[in-house]
Amino acid sequence: MSVISPKKPVVEMHSITKTFLDVVANNNVDLRLYEGEICALLGENGAGKTTLMNILFGYYTADSGQILVRGEKVAFSSPHDAIENGVGMVHQHFSLVPSQTVLENIVVGSFRGKFFLDTAAAKRKLLELQNRFGLHVDPDAFVWTLPVGSQQKVEILKALYRDASILILDEPTAVLAPLETKELFATLRTFAAEGRSVVFISHKLNEVMEISDRVVVLARGKVVAERKTSETSEKELANLMVGHELTKQPYSPSRKTGAPLLQVSGLTVKNDKGVVAVKDLSLTLHAGEITALAGVSGNGQKELAEVLFGFRELLQGSVMIGDQPLPFGSPKAAIESGIGRIPEDRMTTGLILDLTVEENLALENHTKFKKGWTIDYRALRRHAEKLIEDFSIKTAGPGAIARTLSGGNLQKIILARVLSASPRIIVAAQPTRGLDVGAAEYVHRRILEARDAGSAVLLISEDLDEIFMLSDRIAVMFEGVIMGMVGRREASIEQISLWMSGVKEKCA
Amino acid sequence: MEQIFNLTFLAGLLGAMIRMATPIIFGTMGEIIAERSGVLNLGIEGIMLMGAMTGFLTTLHTGSLWLGVLAAALVGILLSLLMAFLSVILGLSQHVSGLGITLLSTGLAMFIYRLSVGSPVSPPTVKPFSPLAIPLLSNLPVVGKAFFNQYSLVYIAFLLIPIIWVLLFKTSWGLVIRTVGENPLAADTVGINVNLVRTLCLAAGGALMGIGGAFLTLAHQNMFLIEVVGGRGWVCIAMVIFGNWNPIKGAGGALLFGFLDGLQLRLQGIWYKIPFHLFLVIPYLITIIALATMSRRTASPAGLLKPYRREEKG
Repeated sequence: MSVISPKKPVVEMHSITKTFLDVVANNNVDLRLYEGEICALLGENGAGKTTLMNILFGYYTADSGQILVRGEKVAFSSPHDAIENGVGMVHQHFSLVPSQTVLENIVVGSFRGKFFLDTAAAKRKLLELQNRFGLHVDPDAFVWTLPVGSQQKVEILKALYRDASILILDEPTAVLAPLETKELFATLRTFAAEGRSVVFISHKLNEVMEISDRVVVLARGKVVAERKTSETSEKELANLMVGHELTKQPYSPSRKTGAPLLQVSGLTVKNDKGVVAVKDLSLTLHAGEITALAGVSGNGQKELAEVLFGFRELLQGSVMIGDQPLPFGSPKAAIESGIGRIPEDRMTTGLILDLTVEENLALENHTKFKKGWTIDYRALRRHAEKLIEDFSIKTAGPGAIARTLSGGNLQKIILARVLSASPRIIVAAQPTRGLDVGAAEYVHRRILEARDAGSAVLLISEDLDEIFMLSDRIAVMFEGVIMGMVGRREASIEQISLWMSGVKEKCA
Repeated sequence: MEQIFNLTFLAGLLGAMIRMATPIIFGTMGEIIAERSGVLNLGIEGIMLMGAMTGFLTTLHTGSLWLGVLAAALVGILLSLLMAFLSVILGLSQHVSGLGITLLSTGLAMFIYRLSVGSPVSPPTVKPFSPLAIPLLSNLPVVGKAFFNQYSLVYIAFLLIPIIWVLLFKTSWGLVIRTVGENPLAADTVGINVNLVRTLCLAAGGALMGIGGAFLTLAHQNMFLIEVVGGRGWVCIAMVIFGNWNPIKGAGGALLFGFLDGLQLRLQGIWYKIPFHLFLVIPYLITIIALATMSRRTASPAGLLKPYRREEKG
């Protein structure tokens, strides 16, 4: 690997700030990229890595700040401008046309002044690129027939075909098998050896250590550190990524841990793409205890939660509630067997935003309000008014449309609905994501109350602060398996971070 | 009966098929271009009517048939640009925008016509296009008269079919159009201006729709009546689906419709005791049956109906 002796900066981004509604995604960020280097952009989800690179790619426009490419000030208003300046980006979610061929996907829009498609010439150029960078895909294959690894090659070839000298890859290894990752790294090294530059967005420490020359760490929209890869370690990076020592005092731990209420054993589940997302996972939840499942999103947490909610089929293994197996294909049965569902995507699977607050509050238990064939709206209103008061939901009234409420109050609706049914088991996925401090604390207190009342809680979260404050036990999930489990008192933030990044070695 | 179904009958029927199919081909080609870029233009029925009206009035006042055709194309472009403004630039529902254009055009066509000619006892007429016989070919038995002694707009329509096919599948523009229609994000991230491509496709398609309407008042008939388009725009929408967004297959559907339309006219004359309204239904009925049975396996452009916006999230 080339040793870095920083040459000319190819890209200089100065005090970039970008805000979405009221969320600051990038806060005064500075970034330089040098010729011939592979620069890793490291950070947790939501740290602002992708937003920053989308600004460099012209997909977003920064609110303020400036960008220089090869010393010249640029103002990209669309990817078109970025491509003209040699910037190429492979997004985490591919943008390909499945019904067209590899060649068509690559060459589209690249013919300047040529009316007819010169496929022969395009194919020659493509084959040359393929040989040079070891990216072998059949140019005439339809994209829908390709596995994801090959689709990624098509995306990279799209950028190379346009003669990109600055290549941005957003979490490129998330979809790759280990061998494919090796191939990708070889490609990137060839690319950098030609004097071109790579930005490698990732949160996987071992890969960052392996491929990059330099690491820039982002946390909460800011650059918090910059290191030469040769002068840092996984441990240091893990600490930098989390960014700070824990500031808040943990809540009081569980007073008494009761009987096991939910037992997951040997669970294997596929995700929507048909890839195994949860592998032979076993986990037991006890009454009066909060078990945290830490980990970066996309490591199988969502699939696990969906199994527990009764709407994802398991491939192998079992889920027992007490001595009863959890029935599948029936979210209703899951609710009836005592599982309280606080889903990750509250806007889509948690609430129906166009219904009223009272209707949303009754969603999972509306049968309680039946009066013959109709719903007893008077009883429903009483129920809603009580919950609005109990959970101090800020709303114009029970008849208000849910969409008009703020994120924190929407989460309170879900919380009120779930907790008012006194579930024995609560599965809370990212329960405070996007909430402000006050609302988050409220959610935490309610979950603690439920625990103290004897519920077993599974807290799925990416937020280590939250996990360390709330949980009694911490398990870490990475690529579908539990990397390790530890009591909160014994847990160290370094250890959890390393597990989250897929590093299994024990901390000293 | 044998005397009726003879060669002359056949030549007449084939000729009618070609003529009746022509406005459908114009409309279908226009709609295919728009839909391949991801926009369903339900304004087609109204655009064809406005084309029919504008073409007719222009010719009535200037005496020039080709100026009429040109004016029809221009009005088609204008209305399609309005469609583009609503559905592409503002990102409103394509269904609502398109139906709005059709409603607007229907009212506008009648209004402008009345404004221009008043309400005379018998509607004004123009001297329509006369058939243009192709030397030698028009002398062939049966097919000569049917295929090669037609209006020049008919020849243009049939030439358009391979031209549009080549444009869509063999040129770099076509690839851009199809990519915009299938996955606008993919187009945007390789530097293509999605909304510009969609606007241009709507405009080009609108020109063809306008000409298709003008054919009805300048060749097929020689006057303007409010029911002159008579649902042909909707038939074009069906033909696009029937033809699986392929110009050649879509034109095949248009020919089938033209054949049935020509046939029902003749059957009206033969079986005059049966109410003619029943025969009028035949082409539309067969269109529905053909759509229901043959279009199960269609693959519409994946980006159809979806306005394109860059995702504004973190």
